Amino acid sequence: MDKNLNIIGKSKPKLDGKERVSGRAVYGHDIELPNMLHARILRSQYPCARIKSIDCTKALGLEGVKCILTAQDVDVNRIGYKRDHPVLKKDANCQRDEIAAVAATSKEIAAKALNLIHVEYEEIEGIFDPFEAMKEESRQINLHGKGKDLYGNKNIAESFHYSHGELEKQTKRSKVIVSRRYELPRVTHCCMATSNITADYSTMDGRLTLYASTQVPFLYQRDMAHALKMDPSLIRIIQPVIGGGFGSKLDMYPFEPICALLSIKTGKPVQLLYGREEEFLASPTRQTMIIDLTSGADADGKFTFREVRITMDNGAYTSWGATTPFVMMQTYSSLYQVAACDFQAKAIYTNNPFAGSFRGYGNPQATFSIERNNDLLADELGLGKDEIRLINANYPGEITGQGLHFKTCGAKPALTKVIEASNFIRKNREKHKGRYLKGVGLASMLHVGGGAKIYRSDGCGTRLKLDHYGYLDIITGSSEIGQGSETVLAMIASQELGIPMKHIKVVNTDTDVKPWDVGVHASRTSFVAGNSLLGAIRLMKQKLDRKAAQLMECEAGEFLYENGLIKRDKKEIRIDKVAREMHFGSPNELCIVEYFYEPESSFQDKQFMGDVSGNYAFASQAVEVEVDTFTGNVKVRDVYVSQDVGRVLNPMGLQGQIEGGVATGIGYALTEEMIYEKGYLMNPSFHEYKLLTAVDMPDIHFYPIETLDEAGPYGSKGAGEAPLIPTAAAIANAVSNALGIEFLTLPLSPEKVLKAWSEKKQNELANSQSI
Amino acid sequence: MDENLIPISFTINGEKVSKRILPSLILIDLIRDQLQLKGTKPGCLEGECGACTVLVNGSAVNSCLYMAVNIDGKEILTIEGLSSIEQPLHPIQEKMLEHGAVQCGFCTCGIVLTTKAFGEECKKEGKIPTRKEVKKSLEGHLCRCTGYVKIIDAAEDYLTHPSV
Repeated sequence: MDKNLNIIGKSKPKLDGKERVSGRAVYGHDIELPNMLHARILRSQYPCARIKSIDCTKALGLEGVKCILTAQDVDVNRIGYKRDHPVLKKDANCQRDEIAAVAATSKEIAAKALNLIHVEYEEIEGIFDPFEAMKEESRQINLHGKGKDLYGNKNIAESFHYSHGELEKQTKRSKVIVSRRYELPRVTHCCMATSNITADYSTMDGRLTLYASTQVPFLYQRDMAHALKMDPSLIRIIQPVIGGGFGSKLDMYPFEPICALLSIKTGKPVQLLYGREEEFLASPTRQTMIIDLTSGADADGKFTFREVRITMDNGAYTSWGATTPFVMMQTYSSLYQVAACDFQAKAIYTNNPFAGSFRGYGNPQATFSIERNNDLLADELGLGKDEIRLINANYPGEITGQGLHFKTCGAKPALTKVIEASNFIRKNREKHKGRYLKGVGLASMLHVGGGAKIYRSDGCGTRLKLDHYGYLDIITGSSEIGQGSETVLAMIASQELGIPMKHIKVVNTDTDVKPWDVGVHASRTSFVAGNSLLGAIRLMKQKLDRKAAQLMECEAGEFLYENGLIKRDKKEIRIDKVAREMHFGSPNELCIVEYFYEPESSFQDKQFMGDVSGNYAFASQAVEVEVDTFTGNVKVRDVYVSQDVGRVLNPMGLQGQIEGGVATGIGYALTEEMIYEKGYLMNPSFHEYKLLTAVDMPDIHFYPIETLDEAGPYGSKGAGEAPLIPTAAAIANAVSNALGIEFLTLPLSPEKVLKAWSEKKQNELANSQSI
Repeated sequence: MDENLIPISFTINGEKVSKRILPSLILIDLIRDQLQLKGTKPGCLEGECGACTVLVNGSAVNSCLYMAVNIDGKEILTIEGLSSIEQPLHPIQEKMLEHGAVQCGFCTCGIVLTTKAFGEECKKEGKIPTRKEVKKSLEGHLCRCTGYVKIIDAAEDYLTHPSV
């Protein structure tokens, strides 16, 4: 795009920022409706138990209790994409299982009522290890699972197999081969606003309004309708301001239809808010997994093959965590050039909690394993860790083994940039002595940048309304979850139509109003909603051009849109006047248009081959750490990030995504872990599940790479997930560089680091004494 | 009238209020549920995240850990009290927007109030805080969106320009 951009590429503050910074923004927790009841959920006392009886008599006798539901009381369908998840449970299969739900006139009464429900359990020994679950003699954990028929094992919930190239041949021609088993922990989103929903059912017309913090309102509407056996069109989803998403709100969970059912049964609005402990216990997690990865390289350092077997703990029910292999197989098949790849992943039912989607969608795990192995390959070949990556870097025009087509590719420029900026080559060779040891690590990533054709449509609709006074409503299918997509959309409209930002409103929270969109995921919103908006703007300009030509009595054709004016040569007219003349002149029409954009990406075939995204994002990070060998504490000092974003749309918004992603990546690497013992969560609070705070933040140096990919709006690519994907891998590489110790698990907690360091010192001592 | 109720009088956002409350009432519930000031956010209700921060006699406290009976005779400032008809946004809020420190915004109001209290403390001591001190002042707040950098930038910008 050659034209001068005066809005795109310049930092703009958040469109609705004033509401958020002043406490005026209405989040789900802030909604209060007349006669609203408050709901609470009774969860299982045991991770695995048969429920012999539930007695609600006492609870129902409590003044203020309006309704109690158990599995016996409701006629609903099972939920989840595998339909293996009952909304209310007849038996307990994990600690978060919903046994009963109460609606009462106050939060206090609802809480009190929970204590009065008497449940008689017969505890059963749970199965918490996926390998144990796969044994022939183990019992079937989820009775709705189809594993026996589909995958030959009753406890397999989901299975993927992908391959390209000639594995055997590539194995033979490898000079070095590295095999490792990596175990990645269970971590969770920690949205600052806990899960919430307010359901309002009208017995008058049978319509259900849900104030729901979802990232995927249209899929949610369909899923809710399925669960409740209702007509989807009777369900209206209104998204309040969302206090953090990060993938956690990509699926519908039992508490949501439960709250709707309580509203349907009572005919009153019902609100259900999680406390923080419940949020830890009962909201989705990142998919935990055990990765067996074998990687090879030839004498020149070219990667020959990757063979990977992944075992995922699916938990008791199936949510999106089980589908993370869709993303992971792209990374194994196509991050760096790889001649052959054989990928198998299985999700195994256990009595643990289920995993959902989480920013990065499996990619941090996959990238961690690949980039750890890459360092080991480099060591064995005597190559620099920078060299081996540059030799194998992806390149523009590459069509990978899986069929991903990198029409533009900033992989090599991003790598080169962080290697230089971090002084990687020198620092990686430096040896330190004393208490504090420094190290530097490198990692890259590949992710979809132009949506992902996973669902039947990856599209987004836009309706544009220019009013009589020159103000523009962008009614978009896409959703704002704090990431700043509204601001980018307003910037695009301002850029193209010459309407000032303050005259633009974004309407995006109501399924009764907005056109269809698949939702916020896969770093797709700016790309898909941006392209959809540009399509609508083209249509609107055709209308305006036609009318402007008529009004200014000049030739038809294109005009310039600037400062609220439509102009050509010396003639100009105010845009609001054109809109008014359109309405009141002849032929009478409104300045409203609608456009639907569907990316040109293709579906994968049955062998998972296909070019699923409009474009692809690449990034590299170099991280410098300092390890305190007395305490085991790892301090991240500097993070150098270079990312192919296609084009920078809103520099400040982009930088915020980068810094936020890196921070979550550091937490994944160093401090965060949900500790489960026999199905019980041991640390359901911020006291014991440690998030980073302001004092922990390193300096983050960001270098965007602009490859101007023609598929994206102004050449841009999706950017939201990428910054956290390589961070943990780069940190682990840096800590290995500092200590000369290999770590196969995350997080690199002080205890783990100190233990490994002490063992190393003891071994060195023993070796020196034996000599 | 319930005789367990205890009378308290306090000032909130400049307005005098008298109430009879249960001794077990927590300040955040008084603010959000009874006074309908929803800008004070319930992030964890265990004193870890800082989203519910309000100022009591100018000091930042977690309103989820503060018993409402203890505000008797005191002055409370919530985020709503920072806005007036004449000046809808406080300079700290302007800085937060200018620096891009707001994403989902659930943590923001608490951070704004902590920064205000810290600014006044610095003013009293006649010092301009270092970046390290600014970071330290924000330690009681959790944010999952921003990675803190822009929040630190915004707070530092405000705190090192004490004329505003």
